[in-house]
Amino acid sequence: MSLSIPPLVSLRGLAKSFANGTTALSGLDLDVRDGEFLSLLGPSGCGKSTALRLIANLSQPDGGTIDWRDGKRPEIGFVFQDATLMPWASIFENVWLPLRLRGTSRADAGSRIREVLDLVGLKEFEKAFPRELSGGMKMRVSIARALVLRPALLLMDEPFAALDEITRLKLNRDLLRLRAELGTTTVFVTHSVYESVYLSSRIAVFTQRPGRIATEIEIAYDGPRDEDFRVSPFYVEKCRATSRALEQVMAE
Amino acid sequence: MSAERALPMLVCAAVLAAWETLVRWAEIPPYILPAPSLIATTLITDWGTLSGSLWVTLRITALALALAVGIGVALAILFAQWRWLERSFFPFAVVLQVTPIIAIAPLLLVYLEPGTAVLVCAFLVAYFPILANTALGLASADHNLRDLFDLYRATRWQQMRLLRLPAALPYFLGGLRIAGGLALIGAIAAEIAAGTAGRGAGLAYRIVEAGYRLNIPRMFAALFLISIAGIAIYLALEAVSRLALRRWHDSTRERGA
Ligand SMILES: Nc1ncnc2c1ncn2[C@@H]1O[C@H](COP(=O)(O)OP(=O)(O)OP(=O)(O)O)[C@@H](O)[C@H]1O
Ligand SMILES: [Mg+2]
Repeated sequence: MSLSIPPLVSLRGLAKSFANGTTALSGLDLDVRDGEFLSLLGPSGCGKSTALRLIANLSQPDGGTIDWRDGKRPEIGFVFQDATLMPWASIFENVWLPLRLRGTSRADAGSRIREVLDLVGLKEFEKAFPRELSGGMKMRVSIARALVLRPALLLMDEPFAALDEITRLKLNRDLLRLRAELGTTTVFVTHSVYESVYLSSRIAVFTQRPGRIATEIEIAYDGPRDEDFRVSPFYVEKCRATSRALEQVMAE
Repeated sequence: MSAERALPMLVCAAVLAAWETLVRWAEIPPYILPAPSLIATTLITDWGTLSGSLWVTLRITALALALAVGIGVALAILFAQWRWLERSFFPFAVVLQVTPIIAIAPLLLVYLEPGTAVLVCAFLVAYFPILANTALGLASADHNLRDLFDLYRATRWQQMRLLRLPAALPYFLGGLRIAGGLALIGAIAAEIAAGTAGRGAGLAYRIVEAGYRLNIPRMFAALFLISIAGIAIYLALEAVSRLALRRWHDSTRERGA
């Protein structure tokens, strides 16, 4: 437990309403700890995406505070539900974008871009255009782009929701491998109980709208997250506990 | 040759043959309806005059289109960067667009030299689809991509150059294809209003002139050249569009045959 180390970011009493009168979040308290893989799980429309956008400073809260440990927001990577690539740009240029916006030239960015493309297994595709890739490959590009600046925090908003089951499983495994290699702190929004238990070190279950945290479930597991893990009694038990928490939230 | 191309050509040949036969068989005089063969001969014998006029009309059309692109795109970018500019000036852009050019032309001819007036008329007809389409395209960039640019704290100019302009390209090209045809229409309409004779006379003036002289074959020949010019402009802009979008846009995607 990280009792001594303060969290990377702590959200306190966050509230967000929209102009149309919808209150998406109210009284959201959440800590993101260094190096953890935190899943946000909750019913549709409970404000999970809104919470991610607030953390990324893409939208401003109406109340509450967001405190970063170092006093300022670190580099953040964001992966959307759709790959959100620029269709007019090659894979290389898409991954270049974050560096380019910081003033890095194409030549200087080259080696780093190839490195992250290699990391997601797309080294040979740098010259391709997004429309030439499958949905799963596009999502890998999106992940490579999010990692290219070596972010301290990776935010992922249902990144695999639009993919088929097989691709999704494969990308889940790749994500675990990336986590093991890079150790990037990750906040991951998902609708899937199984996915969240498989990937996470901790799950925060949201209440219905207006969203706040109903329960937090630790998935303390030190062994490898392989196929054995997916059939272990530990995994099954955690899935059951998470499902129960979700059911309770829905019943309220 | 594919049936797709062969069919329209066949139809065209059949219509021409029927026309030729009808004129000869019914002995229609050329000042009422000239046969295609006579029109073709006129095209050759009058080529000196007609080609000069074709060149004049094409030059004005191209110049007007270039102006329309430059000013239309520049206005669209300015409007996208400063909303108050758009709110203040877009209504005037619309007024200029909805007022028929034939009604504006005489006024312009009072203030400007005929050549310049014709150019301005052609420009006025052509710029709007470019302005309107480009403005729509600039506003249509994917909202997640916009968030991504915000996340990386992109400057307004970076957003414009790397996101909004490329996103607007297909819209702009759609506007360009419409504007190409409109520039020609504008040039022709203004030439008729101006009635410029002499060396600066465009194809439209040749039609008016031939009408006065009841030189109907030459009228048809000039009309034919205008049509060909219009078709050529359309095909050229279509090719530009396909070339610019070939790598990434859905409109150029190969469909399973
Ligand atoms: N820009 C907006 N304007 C108005 N209402 C919004 C806006 N963004 C989100 N909302 C509303 O706020 C609520 C929370 O939205 P949010 O997208 O955060 O939910 P979510 O938990 O991510 O849902 P899902 O699981 O379906 O993605 C929803 O009711 C949504 O309709
Ligand atoms: Mg969402």
